[in-house]
Formats: sequence, C-alpha cells, structure tokens
Amino acid sequence: MLAQGAAWLTLSLLVGIIISLLIGAAPAIKQFGLGFLWSSEWDPVKENFGGLVMIYGTLMTSFIALLIAVPVSFGIAIFLTEMSPGWLKRPLGIAIELLAAVPSIVYGMWGLLVFSPILATYVQQPLQAVFKGVPVLGAFVSGAPVGIGLLSAGIILAIMVIPFIASVMRDVFEVTPPMLKESAYGLGATTWEVVSGVVLPYTKSGVVGGIMLGLGRALGETMAVTFVIGNFNQLNSLSLFEAANSITSALANEFAEAGEGLHQASLIYLGLVLFFITFVVLALSKLLLSQLRKGEGTSA
Amino acid sequence: MNPMSTAFTAAQHEGRLAIHRHRKRVNAVALMLAIGAMAFGVFWLLWILFETFWLGLGGLNLAVFTEMTPPPQADTGGLANAIFGSVVMAGLATLLGTPIGVMAGIYLAEYGQKTWLGSATRFINDILLSAPSIVIGLFIYSVVVAQFKSFSGFAGVLALALIVIPVVIRTTENMLSLIPNALREAAYALGTPKWIVISSVTLKAARAGVITGILLAIARISGETAPLLFTALSNQFWTSDLSKPMASLPVTIFKFAMSPYENWQKLAWAGVFLITIGVLALNIAARVFFRNKH
Repeated sequence: MLAQGAAWLTLSLLVGIIISLLIGAAPAIKQFGLGFLWSSEWDPVKENFGGLVMIYGTLMTSFIALLIAVPVSFGIAIFLTEMSPGWLKRPLGIAIELLAAVPSIVYGMWGLLVFSPILATYVQQPLQAVFKGVPVLGAFVSGAPVGIGLLSAGIILAIMVIPFIASVMRDVFEVTPPMLKESAYGLGATTWEVVSGVVLPYTKSGVVGGIMLGLGRALGETMAVTFVIGNFNQLNSLSLFEAANSITSALANEFAEAGEGLHQASLIYLGLVLFFITFVVLALSKLLLSQLRKGEGTSA
Repeated sequence: MNPMSTAFTAAQHEGRLAIHRHRKRVNAVALMLAIGAMAFGVFWLLWILFETFWLGLGGLNLAVFTEMTPPPQADTGGLANAIFGSVVMAGLATLLGTPIGVMAGIYLAEYGQKTWLGSATRFINDILLSAPSIVIGLFIYSVVVAQFKSFSGFAGVLALALIVIPVVIRTTENMLSLIPNALREAAYALGTPKWIVISSVTLKAARAGVITGILLAIARISGETAPLLFTALSNQFWTSDLSKPMASLPVTIFKFAMSPYENWQKLAWAGVFLITIGVLALNIAARVFFRNKH
C-alpha cells in the first residue's frame, strides 16, 4: 500500500534522525562520555569539548521566555474567551495566529537591530547605575552595555512563543462545557472566579500541555536566539546581559566551519542532547493535551 | 422584604459587603491584567511589523530583484540569486514533500485510525511538527552532505521537504476526518472500491482543506533558515545547479544582518520585508481560500 508506505516513511524518519545523530556524535560520545554534559570547556584548538555553557544557555533563555510568556498568554486567553466582545474576537485571534507565522529570522533581526539597543539604553544602563557595587544583583546586570545576551534572547523567545501558548490555552479554555461556566456565573461568581475556579481546574492538563509545547519551541528555536545571544562561550559571570551561547546558536555559527572530527562530532552530540530534551518535552505536552481530550464530556 | 435579610445584624451585613467589594476588586484587577496582556501581545506584533515595513520599504528598489548579492561596501547589488534560490528550493521541497504528506495523511484518516502504526505515526508526526528544525539540518548534513562531500541545493531541498511532510500530514488527516461518514458509505453502497472512494469522494471533498495545509507548509519553509545553514549553505552567485551550494533569502539575510556593513544591512531589511510579506500573504490566502470553500 502506497499510503501505508508513507506512514512507515514518517516513522522511519524519526528513527533515521536518531541513528544518524548517534553515528555522527559517536567519536565525541566515546571521547567525553556523559561528562560532556557538565564540562564547560569548549576549545576547538586543543580539541577539548564540553557542552555545559550551551546547555545552560538553552535552558536559561527558555526559562526566561516562559517566565514572561506564560502569564501573558494566560491573560490573552482569558481576554479572548471571557471578555472580548464578539466582533473583536476573530481579528484578535487571527492577529495572534499571524504572530506565530512570522518567520523566526524576522524576530531575530528585529531583536538585534531594533530591540537590543533600546534594551541597553533604557534597561541595562539604568540597572547598572542602580546596582553598582551591590554584590549579587550587580553581578546579574554586569556586562558591556550593548543589550545582547541571555535576557534579550529570552525576551525575543517570549514574544515568539506567546502566540503558541496563547492559542493552545484559548482552544482548551473553549473546551470547558458552557454549562459548568454558566452554573458558576448563576451562583454569582465573578469572571475571575469562574476562570480560576472552574475553567482552569477543568483544563489544567491542557494548559500545562500548551506551556510544554511553547517550551519545546523555545528550546529548539535557532535564528531568533543566534542573532541576540552574542555567541560567546563563557560561564564566568552570572550576568543576564553578558554574551552567552545556546545549543542552537553554537550549531548555527560553528557547524559549517567545523572541520570533520571531534569538533563536528561534539556539535552533533549537542544536537542529540537538544533533540532528546525537546522530544521528552513535546511527548509530555502531547500526552497532557490528549488527556484533556479524553476527559471531555465526563465529569471534571 | 426578605425575611432572611432582616435576620442579619448591621455588622454582619457590613462584613458581607466588604467580602463582596473585595471579590469585585480582585476581579477588576485580574481583568485589567488580562487586557494588559492582550495589549502587550498586540503591541509587539505592531512594533515588529512597523519596523519591518518601515526599514524594509526603505531598502527596497528594482535592483533588489535584478542584481546579484554584492560584496561588502559596494554601491549596488540586490538579492536576485537569493530570491531565485529560495523559490527553487521551496518549490521543489513542496513538490517532494506534499505527495508523501498527503499519502500518509490518507493512511491515518482512512486506513489506520485504530492500528498501532496509525497511532505511532500520529504521535511521531506531532513531535516532528515541532522538533527543532536545526536538527533536521544536522540529519540531512550527515546523510547527504557528508556522503557527497559537498554542500548542495539538493540537500537544502531535502531538509525543507522534511519540514513540509508533517505539516501536510496533520492538515490532510484533520480535513479528511471532517468528511461525514455517510458520504463514504453512499459511495461504498454503489460498489465503489476503496481507493476510488478515497481519490474521488473524500479527497475531493476535503480538497480545500488539503490545499490550505500545503499553503501553510510553503509559508513555513519559506522563512526557515536553520535547516539550510549547513545543507544548501549559500552562494554569492547565480546558480541553478542543484548539486552546488545555493543561496537562499533567509541565509543571506542572516549573513547580511550580522555584518557591520551598511549596504548589507539595508539589503537584509529588504529581504526580511519580502519574506514577511510573502509569509503573511500565504497565511491570509490560506484562510480566505479555506473559508470560501466551506
């Protein structure tokens, strides 16, 4: 069967990706083992590699992104499902979906050339002036005032994943049976009480699934991060404004130039780590979202 | 008067009113925050679109479409080879990925709803749909580029096709499962074999939806940069030879925007403008097309 063959092809695609990454990363895995994950050495000349800097960069930028994106998306979803007048619902929903369709390179370039200078002048420099000499907080905001680093990468990522999370949240909020909501309203509950006491408990797993979906996007995003993270392998300072590196930006910048051998194998190893993390996150999100669908129509 | 309310003392009444006021206050604050969040989201969209249009239109002229990518600090130059490369690679990737995607979508909706292969494919497909595209680039690098010892336009086409497939599978399956079963049963009752039922009844009825999916897939790959970085690489010159490195709009924008040269940055803005317009137009076209047919 041709159609069945196409289904098999899709399945084998995933297996193929994993196998090819494993083969490509084999020299690095043999050389560094699992210690690769917590060594921050990255020296192409001495051929000594460890992925901690990039893994930290990837996790940290995604964390910042979620910190901003989750509350904002939640607000957008509440607005779209409970508050928006009917005539505004569609255009705003479409606007959010179009925001999700804009290619990441547009966000990246905008972030580098428009956003980071503004961040440097109006946020970083005042913060540096205020926290000068303060031990911990001062370290968090140190760095050259160019607005490039973990924080701007996190903010750009947040802007990118807001539409994904918001549209999933909106969709799962709409799954809540109107009867439940109307009963609560009938008892005199306010809109906020209906959302926090009825809608949110009912759609809990869907909401978490949507957040995980956004996290998967943020972890694997390449271009938006590469533009603004600064691409510098360091972990000496905790500063959110210091240039750093992430798995994807290291791959984007170094892979084409890396000679065959340990350097390339280490980069593929990083890719494998990234694929593993996103696979777990996306699989979890899928399970949580399907759990909600199963619960539809039964008591919450 | 309600006999209940007369039973309250004035103090109890005051207490209840206080609770009521508190609840209303919490509600008002929460709703204000929701409105704020909505404004926050729309604000970024408008700002990004405004800058893209403003700076993009500034960099746009006829030379962008007719001249090759220039060396740094040249006076003239355009993006003709990059635009051509993008169109060729996105077109071929769509031609390659669409049939596979539609076929697998048909399998999921018509043959394998309940089989393990069906559910496994659906699960894997959802993961591939949001898997990091740079990993797809790594995959194609190791199976194509490393084997042939050369970056090539063809490798870029394959990488993009792998991104098309999951998008098309998802929409095809969704659209086919919207077709009412009565339609299938009516065709079967006439003695029609299954493959004809699918090809000339269900697929035909779901055509608008499937085409929408293909348009969305094209929109998705025309902005993809990461999978092209180490498959098609880039090329300063015009080439229609798929076995050579090939320029593409996103990769050229990446290179130009990161450079300190003013003429390159200007061209990068023009390129970003073209991509944004193209992708938004495809998305809107897909919506309009879908709505008109349904």
